[in-house]
Amino acid sequence: MKRTELMARAIVGAWLLIALAASVWPPAADKVSLPGILAPPGIEAWLGRDDLGRSVLARLAAGARISLEVAGVVVGVTALLGTALGLIAGWCGGLVDTVLLRLTDLFLAFPGILLAIALAGVLGPGIANVMMALCVVGWVGFARLARAQTLSVKQGDHVQVAHALGVAPARIVLRHVLPLIAGPLVVEASFACAAVIVAEAGLSFLGLGVQPPTPSWGSMIRDGARYLLVAPHLVLMPGLALASLVVAINLLGDGLRDRMDPRRP
Amino acid sequence: MFELRTLGSRLAGAMAVALGVSFMVFLLLHCVPGDPVDVMLGEYAGAADRLALRRQLGLDLPLAEQWWRFLRGLSHADLGVSLVNGQAVTGLLAEHFGYTAILALAALLLAVAIGLPLGALAALRVGRGWDDVASVLAVLGMSLPSFVLGPVLIIAFAVQLRWFPIGGAAQAAGLVLPAVTLASGLAAVLMRMTRAAMLEALLLPHVKAARARGLRESAVVLGHVCRNAALPVVTVIGLQLGALLGGAVVTETVFNWPGLGQLLVESIQRRDYPVVQGAVLLIAFTYIAVNTFVELIYTRLDPRIGAGA
Repeated sequence: MKRTELMARAIVGAWLLIALAASVWPPAADKVSLPGILAPPGIEAWLGRDDLGRSVLARLAAGARISLEVAGVVVGVTALLGTALGLIAGWCGGLVDTVLLRLTDLFLAFPGILLAIALAGVLGPGIANVMMALCVVGWVGFARLARAQTLSVKQGDHVQVAHALGVAPARIVLRHVLPLIAGPLVVEASFACAAVIVAEAGLSFLGLGVQPPTPSWGSMIRDGARYLLVAPHLVLMPGLALASLVVAINLLGDGLRDRMDPRRP
Repeated sequence: MFELRTLGSRLAGAMAVALGVSFMVFLLLHCVPGDPVDVMLGEYAGAADRLALRRQLGLDLPLAEQWWRFLRGLSHADLGVSLVNGQAVTGLLAEHFGYTAILALAALLLAVAIGLPLGALAALRVGRGWDDVASVLAVLGMSLPSFVLGPVLIIAFAVQLRWFPIGGAAQAAGLVLPAVTLASGLAAVLMRMTRAAMLEALLLPHVKAARARGLRESAVVLGHVCRNAALPVVTVIGLQLGALLGGAVVTETVFNWPGLGQLLVESIQRRDYPVVQGAVLLIAFTYIAVNTFVELIYTRLDPRIGAGA
């Protein structure tokens, strides 16, 4: 299983590099080449051209940037916000804890990305609205996990000792609780990254996300689906890109989780 | 006596969540940038017409009163009318609900039929070739979104092999590809869950005892391992049935399947907010109902929980 993890790292690293390169030297993702309309992959355009004669490769690279940007922002915001709320609720207990629990219950009453779809639909299309919708939905997992972990760490001897020594509660939480619960949260963040990338592509696939001409893997699949009979590469290429990145991130998450599980050798 | 009380508190909890959800969905419609009236009348409507329509729809009332009206309508299964064609939202929802239910159930059956045997096999052959294959399949199943897997299946089985129609619900065979697509994720989860549960059950002392008594391996596995592994797996199946409803939204769009999800996405694109509201509400309520039902069954299934809690 070591080999798969190395491969997963290489794939994630490659996509990160591509995204970085695409933000430094923006690829010609909107450049139209009329003779090349729907061209299959070949020497002239490695991954073919779409219905407007735009290079699929250039659009994939630009799409990678969008995907990873959205994932970075959304996971960053939701991890911070969710962890903070979970820590506070778990530490304070009582009414604060009950209110947070009930609130997360409400959010968890919407299956899958239904709430994100509804929010993105109501807010209107656009990348900022997609990020907002995914942030509104995404903090819940982190909050639940941070709360549960805080509850178990709170009972630890070192926390009791810190209490007895008169250490300020804020300092106990930050120095003596947070480091102990960080592991599971990092694992959660890696899975959240994959989930956000899929969700952004899903919203864009439904026409609720990134708007044309900006390329997103989801909207590329949506546009390509109309040419499934004549140019299947328009769906297969972004599909392959998305699948490779998401599988690789999930494998990295699995590896992280296994390493942090003390029961495993 | 005791069971009635658990039943009551579970139902009350579910009702409270449903009420909260209805408030959230109600608020959703009110954070629409702009105004539903602008959507209904178009940009060039006169101010007087707008005012009249606002009054007719009750949009000029205070928010609390609007929510009260909304709840009263909800209790009569009255969710307003579509802004596009004037049809009652409840009627529209009823038309599409059946399709989503069929799709979700078919996907559930398929996922169970694939996930359980493969997971059990992986547990019995742990650490060997098949176990590795199964774990790769599981990661793929969980990672491939339906809008990637769906088109791939269409290219292979509808375009190339012509076994199934490309989309729609006109023929019965049209159910196969969407159901497979929707089932893939759940099948992967069930496979992992079954494998883990079987591995745990294999280590239980009574399994060792059964082997020591000289029982055939098949009898040990079927009679002593599977029964213990069943409980966590059954719970996951139940809880995931609701999650299938969420996944159905995207899958239905891929395959042009006329269910609630497709209605929701189309209504969002047409800015038909009452229908959006109704569809989101119905999907969320169904999810809550299914989850509550599963929890109640779970407490009955496991005698250890029923006695203790």
